[in-house]
Amino acid sequence: MGKLFHYLKPFRLSIAAALTLVMVRVLTELYLPTLTAEIVNNGITRGDTAYIIAIGSRMLLVAALGGIASIAANHQSAKVSAAFARVLREKVFSQVENFSLHEFDKFGTASLITRTTNDITQLQMVLLFGLRMMAMAPLMSIGGIIMAVSLDPALSLIFVTVLPLLFALITIIGRRGIPLFQKMQVKLDNLNLVLRESLTGIRVIRAFNREDYEKQRFQGANQDYTTTTIKVHQVMSVMMPAMMLVMNLTTIGIIWFGGLRIDSGFMQVGDLMAFIQYGMHIMFSLVAISFMLMQLPRALASAHRISEVLDTVPEIRDPQVPVPIEDMRGFVEFKKVTFSYPGAERPALYNISFSAGPGQVTAIIGGTGSGKSTLSRLLLRFYDIDSGSILVDGVDIRSMTQADLRAKVGFAPQQAILFSGSIRDNILFGKDKSDAEVVKAAEIAQATEFIARTPAGFASEIAQGGKNISGGQKQRLAIARALVHKPKIYIFDECFSALDFKTDAKLRAALKEETAGATVIIIAQRVSTIRDADQIIVLEKGRIAGIGTHEELLATNGVYKEIVFSQLSEEEIA
Amino acid sequence: MSNSYKQQKAPGLRPRRGVPPMALPVEKPHDFKRSLFRLLQYLKPHLLSLSFVIFAAISGTVFTILSPRLIGRVTTIIFTGMLDRLNQVSGAGIDFSRIGKILLLLVGLYLASSLFRYLEFFIMASVSQRMVYDLRNKVRTKLTRLPLKYYDSHPHGDILSRVTNDMDLIGSTLQQSMTQIIEAIVTLTGILIMMATINRWLTLITLVTLPLSFYVTAQVTRHSQKQFAAQQEELGALNGHVEEMYGGHLIVKAFNYEKESLARFQTINQRLYEAGWKAQFMSGIIMPLLGFINNIGYVLIAIVGSIFVTQGTIALGDVQAFFQYSRQFTHPIVQTANIANILQSTIAAAERVFKLLDEEEEIADAEKALNHFAPRGDVRFEHVYFGYSSDNMLIKDLNIDIQAGQTVAIVGPTGAGKTTLVNLLLRFYDVNRGRITIDGVDIRNIKRSVLRNIFGMVLQDTWLFTGTIKDNIAFGRANATTKEIIRAAEAAQVDHFIRTLSQGYDTVINQDASNLSQGQKQLITIARAILADSPILILDEATSNVDTRTEILIQRATAQLMKGRTSFVIAHRLSTIRTADLILVMNNGEVVEQGTHTQLLAQDGFYADIYKSQFSTTQAG
Repeated sequence: MGKLFHYLKPFRLSIAAALTLVMVRVLTELYLPTLTAEIVNNGITRGDTAYIIAIGSRMLLVAALGGIASIAANHQSAKVSAAFARVLREKVFSQVENFSLHEFDKFGTASLITRTTNDITQLQMVLLFGLRMMAMAPLMSIGGIIMAVSLDPALSLIFVTVLPLLFALITIIGRRGIPLFQKMQVKLDNLNLVLRESLTGIRVIRAFNREDYEKQRFQGANQDYTTTTIKVHQVMSVMMPAMMLVMNLTTIGIIWFGGLRIDSGFMQVGDLMAFIQYGMHIMFSLVAISFMLMQLPRALASAHRISEVLDTVPEIRDPQVPVPIEDMRGFVEFKKVTFSYPGAERPALYNISFSAGPGQVTAIIGGTGSGKSTLSRLLLRFYDIDSGSILVDGVDIRSMTQADLRAKVGFAPQQAILFSGSIRDNILFGKDKSDAEVVKAAEIAQATEFIARTPAGFASEIAQGGKNISGGQKQRLAIARALVHKPKIYIFDECFSALDFKTDAKLRAALKEETAGATVIIIAQRVSTIRDADQIIVLEKGRIAGIGTHEELLATNGVYKEIVFSQLSEEEIA
Repeated sequence: MSNSYKQQKAPGLRPRRGVPPMALPVEKPHDFKRSLFRLLQYLKPHLLSLSFVIFAAISGTVFTILSPRLIGRVTTIIFTGMLDRLNQVSGAGIDFSRIGKILLLLVGLYLASSLFRYLEFFIMASVSQRMVYDLRNKVRTKLTRLPLKYYDSHPHGDILSRVTNDMDLIGSTLQQSMTQIIEAIVTLTGILIMMATINRWLTLITLVTLPLSFYVTAQVTRHSQKQFAAQQEELGALNGHVEEMYGGHLIVKAFNYEKESLARFQTINQRLYEAGWKAQFMSGIIMPLLGFINNIGYVLIAIVGSIFVTQGTIALGDVQAFFQYSRQFTHPIVQTANIANILQSTIAAAERVFKLLDEEEEIADAEKALNHFAPRGDVRFEHVYFGYSSDNMLIKDLNIDIQAGQTVAIVGPTGAGKTTLVNLLLRFYDVNRGRITIDGVDIRNIKRSVLRNIFGMVLQDTWLFTGTIKDNIAFGRANATTKEIIRAAEAAQVDHFIRTLSQGYDTVINQDASNLSQGQKQLITIARAILADSPILILDEATSNVDTRTEILIQRATAQLMKGRTSFVIAHRLSTIRTADLILVMNNGEVVEQGTHTQLLAQDGFYADIYKSQFSTTQAG
């Protein structure tokens, strides 16, 4: 957590203010019983109404001061903790945005989301409650003890026995309960899993008449979860009554021994009442501290997870003095490129050399795991290569800025990812282009027909993850997005696979015109998609197994032939 | 980009027990009374335990209420003893034997009170969780009776959230809030009674502060609810943005979108900050405010009480008891305000669960429906009309006649509604008009479970569950022997692969089945269908993401599977289509053409169009 404290620095004045205010509040809280005692000792016993009114109004003033201090402290702590969370969130988010795919994969998307949201919220809450309670509890217990001792040191010995007892009690119950809470979470996850599976597989389950079996699985998981939950709560049931009992018995002890002290003249009646109040303050503070301590491990875990993100240095950085890129032609060249994924035993791509020029369509084909998509990721510099070089217009992509490189590339990925927002926003995706250009891109991508059928056309909202449109429609929008800024290099990574053959053919015909002067790289598994490419690169297990046109490869290349034969019947190949 | 994330409930965002809560905004139920009543019905089986819980809650609280009075009495004894001594009354002093007796009684009261509290919590934990357990099972049973239409029209996350989040809320409310309500009511009335029996005037003074406390609580709660709702909304927006941007990291980077993404994040983050600190601030001021009001009451009691003490109309200890009672007042008031909100959310959650329980069920099997049926596999569609909604008929007057052992290929562009026919055959949906027969028997006259045994299915969406490979294959026939399972795997060309795994057939398929490739999953589902050995098959040919060699294995396995069975194939492969006995061409949900390959080509319609664009060599590419 240490490093994260660094982010609290800008708020040190506010924190100091909050702590001071908390202190004021503690002092007033501790002063009030003294005043009560005076009212009893000197006012009520003597029937001195004027004195009572005088002390009473002082009490009200003190109480008001305490109340105001408390509200002001709360104001400060709410603001500081929220601001701390804001700063931290922004730091984490912008850090993650700079991550290369390698760092991103290392953490995983889900984990990064949790680290940016839940973990930070967790810290915010701990800071808030810390400023509110953590500062108050020790002050209160120390102050309470001082006041108690100053009232009657001998009677204060009662706390020496009670406080360790109370602490032990909470620790013992906490030790038993916390692992059970974790166990409960695991069982809940399992219950969720079982149900989610039976929801996604509903057709198969019904087709195979296995509803009863699935129901029993669920009931088993439910039973398991319920049993653990009941156990957790039953263990925790002891906590509150036991704590109350200790506190109440302490009060009885104070009254008994206090009575004796009064009898022997060491103490006054009002002081006894004040003493009980101090006792309550001390014990409640101790309970608060124990609960805070129980929260701490979780907060520390969150802090650790956040620090991990912030401490990760992005691997891929722009050069200090980048080569300026103005007019790019888009000539792509791979020279003996070898690349392995971090931690992998064998390279994903080995000794790859080829070039793809403007006005040319280069197709890449190969089975799953042959390294096709990796190749496109390297060209976009999502990863840095181990050896060799990737050049665009003769310049190594590592000597230009990532932004310059990517600005010239139009990329349509295998999985069409869309974002919530209008269709227009999704096609533009941050680019500054006219409506006419958006419509043009949609036309080429064969998307206008379905867009016209949506309620608001280009202004229609896409739901998060594009859930409200079909896979093929998503794919077409993703293609339009790659076209709208008229890049010099196009990469279509298996993005035609979700389209039916007819749309696929139409789209490629329209694309031909649009991309005439650009470098086009198409990655595909379907032979019909790529058979007319100017050059086809056949990849197998990360190596180039052949480069040539459809006819050339069909005549000479065994790997290519095998792929083609698995997809077409013989008469169609000719 | 704007956000429609509000309604979504990410399970991970639910405040867990034991975590300082980011308090959720209150949702309003539709019909509070009726739903509450209905929810309470589920407590009926636990009536006995419940009455004990209520008894324990009341007793525990009553004992707590009695104690300040007793402590007050002790104070009075000490006070009068000291006073007498001051006044030099002979033999005066504190009567410790009386104090001792009272304190012993107090010890007894506290012990009993804690014991009752403990029993109350202990029993309530079990009662509430048992009730939720039953309710959860009830919902699960209901899910088995819902038609597929329900699943198709409700997001899975929504159903999941009802079974877990909503149920958990109901459970914890029952467990905590129910007894808290009882305690709050008993405490408030008990304290009032105690105070009234001590001194009416002091009681009246205390009561002056009561409406003020209620008013402040209500006002602050109302405002803080608003702020919490705002905070929750911004938090949802922020989470949504983060999820999208991280989920689409590749795209964000490829399109240089980082700056826009960060700018948007900052805007939401700033709004979250504003809403967040206000919500936390509001939630934190209620106690200081009430504390202050309480102190006003305190001083008033001190002033008036001291006058009474000097007049001798009240004992000092009773004033002290008053002090304590007035202190105990605040807690139940705040609690009641909280519970009112929690209860609203809980009833809203219960209503969501009830809504699911009230959904219309699948039409029951006909009374005379066949219990046994072993058909050869002739399938006929006779004048079938069907639409997912009655005003939009997708299938109009469809007539098909298929002999046992024949193959029907269903072709058409993506989204053409090819699964509709599958839905009708398995009676996931019923036809609107006409009938579908198997060996001449209307499928509505066959029990659903029997009907579905007739069909074997291999879907593109290869559904496997977490469990061993063996169990996954045996899914189609629960009582299959290991030998039969292996034979099925062999026929499906997957035996060799399974044996290369470290645990062989006992290898556990993990969540999302990520330890298997797409092609391997496909083969296992084929093995499953082979083992089920059904006379009629429904097959969905895999299209992409399978490498060439696996593709060949799958083709071989499929051929093996189709041998001698009537097969409906959602086809993508030309060889399957050309050899099919009947091709159904679908577009926009409708069957637009039917016939054999040669017939359809001769028709030169939609099919011929697709065929040419797909396979002709002269096309532009």
